Amino acid sequence: MTLATSAASDAASGVQPQLVIDRVTKQFGEGPGSVLAIDDMSFNVMPGEFVSVIGPSGCGKSTLFNIIGGLLDEYAGDVLIERERIAGPHKAVGMVFQEESTFPWRNVIDNVAFPLELLGVNKSERLDLAHHFIDLVGLKGFEKLMPSALSGGMRQRVSIARTLVSKPQILLMDEPFAALDEQTRLLLGDKITQIQQDLNQTTLLITHNLTEAVQLSDRIVVMTYRPGKVKRIVDIKLPRPRTSDVVSSDAFGHYVAEIWSDLREEATRGMVDSESAQRGGSRG
Amino acid sequence: MASSSLAQHRAIPIILGASTIIGAFVVLEVLLRMGVVNKYVVPLPSQVVMALERIIVEENIFGRMRETAYEMVVSCVMVIVLGVPIGSLLYRWRSLRSAVLDWIAAMAAAPLVLAFPLFLVMFGRSPTTVIVMSVITGLAPIIIKTTEGLLGVRPVLINVGRSLKLTDAQMFRMILLPAALPTIFSGIRLSWTFVLISVVGIEFLINLGGLGQLINDLSERYDLPGTYGAIGFVILVSVAFFMILERVETWLRPAK
Repeated sequence: MTLATSAASDAASGVQPQLVIDRVTKQFGEGPGSVLAIDDMSFNVMPGEFVSVIGPSGCGKSTLFNIIGGLLDEYAGDVLIERERIAGPHKAVGMVFQEESTFPWRNVIDNVAFPLELLGVNKSERLDLAHHFIDLVGLKGFEKLMPSALSGGMRQRVSIARTLVSKPQILLMDEPFAALDEQTRLLLGDKITQIQQDLNQTTLLITHNLTEAVQLSDRIVVMTYRPGKVKRIVDIKLPRPRTSDVVSSDAFGHYVAEIWSDLREEATRGMVDSESAQRGGSRG
Repeated sequence: MASSSLAQHRAIPIILGASTIIGAFVVLEVLLRMGVVNKYVVPLPSQVVMALERIIVEENIFGRMRETAYEMVVSCVMVIVLGVPIGSLLYRWRSLRSAVLDWIAAMAAAPLVLAFPLFLVMFGRSPTTVIVMSVITGLAPIIIKTTEGLLGVRPVLINVGRSLKLTDAQMFRMILLPAALPTIFSGIRLSWTFVLISVVGIEFLINLGGLGQLINDLSERYDLPGTYGAIGFVILVSVAFFMILERVETWLRPAK
């Protein structure tokens, strides 16, 4: 499905998008050395929808993540949440980062309760809520442990619980499983799918992992290599509730092959580009 | 069974350390008695041990230790009170950092103790001189390490804070400072070492106050066993001091 048909189907359903990315462009620097990271990107995310943005390394995925999260506030075009233009971190957006981001000086429950502390929620209520979300990410019994005593996957679950505890309207994740092994990645994918379904959580995942995107998403936005543009939007019509078992189905393989055929061309461009940059660098 | 093996593991390094020291003393005693080492330069370790009782009783060593401890505590507190905010300021203002950080690093390497006559003129022969000189001597490492610790905070933690819309003060108190604490602690450790050396050294130089003055007095009386006994006592005090610091550090840093 193309961007145009997808937007048309959103409009036809009568539901307003929760997140609108409208003609977003981001350029770093000016003059001959400038880099156009994102060029005229547009797509919507509907309430309760799980959308993944996939593209080769260097296509501007993380730039898009930072713009939507409000960490980059100078850009052209609009990122709208409830018709409000994003120009700084927005209370409706909860961010999960690629790098390990738990606070090493706080134990699991204090990490998860941190956003509630900022909101001034009283101690007993914030501990109750933190317990609930720790349970939701499958870390019951680990509340008192320090992050250093947890595995990478568990620490990432703590980060996800910390983001969810403030009940953001939109969960924004930047390659949260990138540092994890394949098995943990699949199992954590199951956990995310379950949470997203339980909470009907609108989620935007930035990733370069094809199987992860197909496993989790309702729609996948495929980006071109630099400058990042929307190449295609693919509807994933795999049944829900969904688990990692879906990876063995024919339909899953079909989607992976279909998206890969789009992505391969872009990834090849990226590889050629970085090789020529390396060659130029070694000559210099 | 497991707990007794754990206790054994803990006891072995302590026993090994103590026997190394005792062994070195025995070897030195033998060398001195054989005349290989001149006993008019180095006293017999057995005489030093015997002298300990005398310097404790006759030289009022605990009273002198109180004086040194007072200068130490005031200097150590002031080093933190001044050093951490200055280090934070340098983190916050890049141009100020570029302008002065190299000078501060140079200050850490300079033998400031040689400037004691200047401070004597300014503050007289008083504990204030000892404290001011020791604070200046101990400041550089804590400033450098505070700046280094804050600059080394992982950007993702700052981004978490930004995504949660933390104010500058919240960001500093809730993320930057705790994240930089391990590095700041190594700065505190270095600074306090400098302060300890400086306090005792300046007491010795200006012949005033506590343990430094005692060492000076005993050496001027050519009481070699007493002098070495007092030096040994200073070493024991500093070991105890840094053991306490280690405990405090562990208590403040549960994630270590």
